[in-house]
Amino acid sequence: MRLELLSILNVERAARRACVLVTDIKSGEQRLVKGAEIAADPLAEQLDSALRMAKSATIEVAGRQVFLTVQVPPVRIVAIGAVHITQALAPMARLAGFDLTIIDPRTAFATPERFPDCALIAEWPQNVLPDFAPDRYTAIACFTHDPKIDDPALEAALSAECFYVGALGSRKTHGKRVERLKEKGFSELQIARIRAPIGLDIGAVSPQEIAVSVLSEIILALRKKPLRDSGAAA
Amino acid sequence: MLAADDDILARAEDWRKAGKGVAIATVTETWGSAPRPVGSHLVIDDEGHFLGSVSGGCVEGEVVTEAMDVIADGKARTLEFGVQDETAWRAGLSCGGRIRVYVEKVV
Repeated sequence: MRLELLSILNVERAARRACVLVTDIKSGEQRLVKGAEIAADPLAEQLDSALRMAKSATIEVAGRQVFLTVQVPPVRIVAIGAVHITQALAPMARLAGFDLTIIDPRTAFATPERFPDCALIAEWPQNVLPDFAPDRYTAIACFTHDPKIDDPALEAALSAECFYVGALGSRKTHGKRVERLKEKGFSELQIARIRAPIGLDIGAVSPQEIAVSVLSEIILALRKKPLRDSGAAA
Repeated sequence: MLAADDDILARAEDWRKAGKGVAIATVTETWGSAPRPVGSHLVIDDEGHFLGSVSGGCVEGEVVTEAMDVIADGKARTLEFGVQDETAWRAGLSCGGRIRVYVEKVV
């Protein structure tokens, strides 16, 4: 591997950008394809699929063995609201391998006692999210039910390329939310990216079950739908 | 897997920039219950220092030895191992797996 390629690979990873190193095993020939360049690549379909599954793999191209070193940033979940559902979601997300951050400005909710060993930020989302820089490997799920807290996070999520945006609330609550976001200038296409009511419809009742349905919906969005498309819809 | 591989490739870059001879070994294929997934890396310097893992311990020694040759002659090569001998079993690794490892020099 050329040192130059290795350097770019490391820069891309540090910047949380996906890329694929394509190696012809026999000739040793190598090239690096950045996430943004994949659509225009001759191997677009294979690269896209490898990226979505986040799996390195050997493929055959015109009778030649080609190895794809897939580099995908760790997926982050941002939960807005240090509520009961989030308490259940935290250990589940950890087990499933996601990097979870919980944001809630209400210090009575956001306590280390309620959320042991969690990345917990007792701040308003609009103060935290700019530095956090949500990207296409970030999911944002809003659970507070309070527009003062949820809306700024949703606005940040819709302005970024988050692969998943979800908000708790009934259809009626969501209807009002849609109106508020429209007034803020968000398009219908953007607003349609919000999954509401949140979670896969598995008939979840308890907070723990709702956490399962939300985590499942996040995994579905991550694996089944090309990330590129969710970006294009932004 | 990815979080752990972070430091490994960054370290390979550091080593090379510090003027060391460096090789990167990558698991390219696995069969059966191989202990480390495809894409796992081991990086090796010209003094035999290494970081990362391609098998969870049982073939690292051989990969490091081969990597020294790769650093010396600059030719990439593919190695194949069966992770099924008695040593592997004793180490508590999954039996019956096989892995293919691509070793290349950083130039």
